[in-house]
Amino acid sequence: MDTSTPTRWITPAGLIPVAIAGGLFIWFAQMIPVIGGGDTLRYVWEWVPSLGVNVSIYIDGLSLTFALLITGIGALVMLYSARYLAGHVHQARFSLYLTSFMLAMIGLVISDNLLALFVFWELTTITSYLLIGFSHDTAKARRSALQALMMTGVGGLALLAGIILIGTTAGTFEMSEINAMDGVLKDSVMYLPIVLLVLAGAFTKSAQMPFHFWLPNAMAAPTPVSAYLHSATMVKAGVYLMARTHPSLAGTDFWLWTLTIFGAVTMVFASIMALRQTDLKLALAYTTLMALGALTLLLGNESGYTITAAATFLVVHSLYKAALFLVVGILDAQTGTRDANSLFGLARALPITATAAAIAAFSMAGFPPFLGFIGKELKYAGAIAVASEPIFVAGAVLISSALMVAIAGIVSFRPFWSKSGTPIPNVKEAPWPMLVGPVVLAILGAFFGIFPETLATTLVNPTVAAIIGNAEPAKELKLWAGVNLPLFLSIATFVLGFTIYYYKQKLRGILIGMTTRGPSFDNGWDKLMAGIASGSKALTRTIQTGVLYHYMIVTFGTALAVLAVTLWFRSTGIPAMGVPQVELWDWLVFLLVLLGAVLTLITNSRITAIAGLGVVGIGMAMIFILYSAPDVAITQLLVETLVVVLFAAAALKLPHLTPEPLSRRWLDALIAIGLGVVTTVILLKVTTGPIDRELTTFFETSSWPEAFGQNIVNVILVDFRALDTFGEIAVVLIAAISIFALLKAKPEEEK
Amino acid sequence: MNSVILIAGARLQAVLLLVFSAYMLLRGHNAPGGGFIGGLIAATGFVVYAIACGTADARKALRFDPGSIAGAGLGIALFAGLMAALWGDALFTGQWLFIGATEDDKGIPLSTVLIFDIGVYLVVLGAVLSIAFSLEEAV
Amino acid sequence: MEQLLSVLIGVLVASSVYLMLARNLLRFLFGLILLSNAANLTIFVAGRLTPGAPPLVPDGLDAPIGDVANALPQALVLTAIVIGFGLFAFALILAFRAYQSLGTLNTDEMRVAEPKEN
Repeated sequence: MDTSTPTRWITPAGLIPVAIAGGLFIWFAQMIPVIGGGDTLRYVWEWVPSLGVNVSIYIDGLSLTFALLITGIGALVMLYSARYLAGHVHQARFSLYLTSFMLAMIGLVISDNLLALFVFWELTTITSYLLIGFSHDTAKARRSALQALMMTGVGGLALLAGIILIGTTAGTFEMSEINAMDGVLKDSVMYLPIVLLVLAGAFTKSAQMPFHFWLPNAMAAPTPVSAYLHSATMVKAGVYLMARTHPSLAGTDFWLWTLTIFGAVTMVFASIMALRQTDLKLALAYTTLMALGALTLLLGNESGYTITAAATFLVVHSLYKAALFLVVGILDAQTGTRDANSLFGLARALPITATAAAIAAFSMAGFPPFLGFIGKELKYAGAIAVASEPIFVAGAVLISSALMVAIAGIVSFRPFWSKSGTPIPNVKEAPWPMLVGPVVLAILGAFFGIFPETLATTLVNPTVAAIIGNAEPAKELKLWAGVNLPLFLSIATFVLGFTIYYYKQKLRGILIGMTTRGPSFDNGWDKLMAGIASGSKALTRTIQTGVLYHYMIVTFGTALAVLAVTLWFRSTGIPAMGVPQVELWDWLVFLLVLLGAVLTLITNSRITAIAGLGVVGIGMAMIFILYSAPDVAITQLLVETLVVVLFAAAALKLPHLTPEPLSRRWLDALIAIGLGVVTTVILLKVTTGPIDRELTTFFETSSWPEAFGQNIVNVILVDFRALDTFGEIAVVLIAAISIFALLKAKPEEEK
Repeated sequence: MNSVILIAGARLQAVLLLVFSAYMLLRGHNAPGGGFIGGLIAATGFVVYAIACGTADARKALRFDPGSIAGAGLGIALFAGLMAALWGDALFTGQWLFIGATEDDKGIPLSTVLIFDIGVYLVVLGAVLSIAFSLEEAV
Repeated sequence: MEQLLSVLIGVLVASSVYLMLARNLLRFLFGLILLSNAANLTIFVAGRLTPGAPPLVPDGLDAPIGDVANALPQALVLTAIVIGFGLFAFALILAFRAYQSLGTLNTDEMRVAEPKEN
């Protein structure tokens, strides 16, 4: 888009988010002295006490670091977007999504209750979905948005299961309490499932191999979104989760190896893939993946070096990566392209952007005196401190760091300073709201590099304390740590990095050749989706046959199986039956109902069947009369009359019954007889067992004194249980309305 | 069916059943009866009437559309239940008013419970007749 | 008598299930009526049978004297009968209209919603 023509950008939709983010940043910033002093803050409000869900805020170094990154980068990104999207039709919608995301993300990092954390986790997934799909008129954006939603959503469900396991194992959902209980999760039998489920959530959210492919696709979102969500904040939620649960879950071989392997593979894979890209934004996306891999790798350990490295790198990466994304956004906006092969020598046209890009890139490449250098040194020191496999880890860090150097060159050097091509003419510097973000972020990287103590005491040490319990093992951040192994590794990194940069075109050609031939995760995803769709269709076809008989036989068969199995295992034998007291009347009624039922069963005449049903109904009414239920008996008689009248009116317009011989229905007969027998046995057991007449006694003794009625049945209906009766007459009315609609609607024309 | 005797009989019977149904409804709280039974009895009267004289005549004799009767009944029942709120009780708590009550005699008891039962009566009557009439007209 | 009625209910259930498994929709309806009768009777019998003592409070007393019939299942059955009538009427009209539209009562041939594939 063209930002050279002045557009009105000072709008409420553009600036309210900036104010919110800025205000929150200041609010969090004033906590720095308290948290930096080693304290933590905790506020608790009950939300759903019956489920143990609280709204509890817990702020320690880890939360505060994240909250400051979220609000600080948020304010800058929102200022940037206010100008970047000025005049866009849906700018207000964009601001709403972005602000909602920010609030959800803050909620995520300051919630102490894991269930609340989960709710915010899902909210970030949803807002991310909306933001990736912001340009919803393109199929690519829609697909990418859905892919991100599915990947992180599935991970979120796994996380929910993990959280529930944690809650039941520890007896509370408050993470600060769980972390204070030493070994409550590590020593439990549920440890393995908990770790697997939590990591499933963390790895999908933080895009570890092989769940990484949604993140590059998420670059379909507008550039500020990529800078904010898919680099600095949301994708770090998985990292946050691993750090937050670190005290309770880390320290086992399983944790160490899982995080080390996934992290290292992601790191190396992503940095190689980054070199392959010519789209600058995609290249940055892959370097983000690399950073996430590095953080995962570092969090696998417990040593002071690695955790300090993780905490520092977290801040470093957020600063330079957000700055670089915003720079790419400026390049895109001012020149109309993000292709590495068509951007050259723009430093003269875009002097401020070029400077910011250079500073950020130095930090990314890890040159002194920038914060990135300290971060890299610490990574090496941490890698060497990994007790088990220092060479493997340090090697992985070396390869990816060298590639970072090369990519920093591709993203920030070539477009501005390279003379290998002609610069695009008539490019103007971006307006100031878009420059503030990259400049501030880049300068912060340099500032913290020169004065690392400020960062260490305010954020890094408290974060380390939050992750491994105390700040003692935290390593000092310094530019010059003496001549040691990390320094040599740094030098090796630069040499290797420059070599790669020099041969980048050749290497890219090889990589493109390799990756186009190899299997693609994206295609695999499409196949998976298609497979799920066709699988569910086949399943639906199998279950929903559309034949009433299938539904009925499954229903009755299941009922029979469940009842029979329960009876078989729970039964204490056939109940002892005394000689039943049966009067002559009883036998007559019994035979009457039996006759009606059998008549209905065997006849092929509609009239006979209806008559049989009438006989059954009359017999029922007689039973009710004999056994003291006058109200029921009257109702039964009246309803029976109406049933016969209606049936006679309708059934005679229906065709004759055709015989369905028993010889072809032996299975039906078997199920029918089985259900009959099971019902009889259950009833025999019920009626010979004890009966609890508490409710009946209550109705009998309160019917007259409290409800002024002598007919207890009626009092129950219209007074004690009036709400039920109200529901029932509502059902009767609904039936009448439905029937009315069925009959009055005109039958469709038959072909 | 054009039997004069049936038509005359059905008319008479419908009236008798209607009166009887009201009696069953009102005595329902203290003796067998009530809204369900009363409504069914009244409905039976009109169904017989419809068989004898046709649904058009029966609808005319009923004066109101059966669907409206049922709807009104549901509204009355709901109203009776909501009235409890006026006395600050939980919904559907019966409220009683004894007119001219003395130590020994309850006087004339009026209650939301009776209003509720009248609602039930009307829903059953209206719903059954709506079903029966529309079926008779359709076949 | 409970035992005798338990057997009777078994017979009613067996008959209704056999009828509901038939291909003819009219038989299905017969089965539906028998099944709701069986269900009502089950509730009634499960509350125990008391001959000759309806659940009424005599004049001038606060509660019935001695054992009277269980009022609770009676109240349940009473509404169940009316609801059952509504259900039956709806099913009947549905069958009636289905026959008018499709020209058959054989449930195997009623496949407008889920037509047979291939």
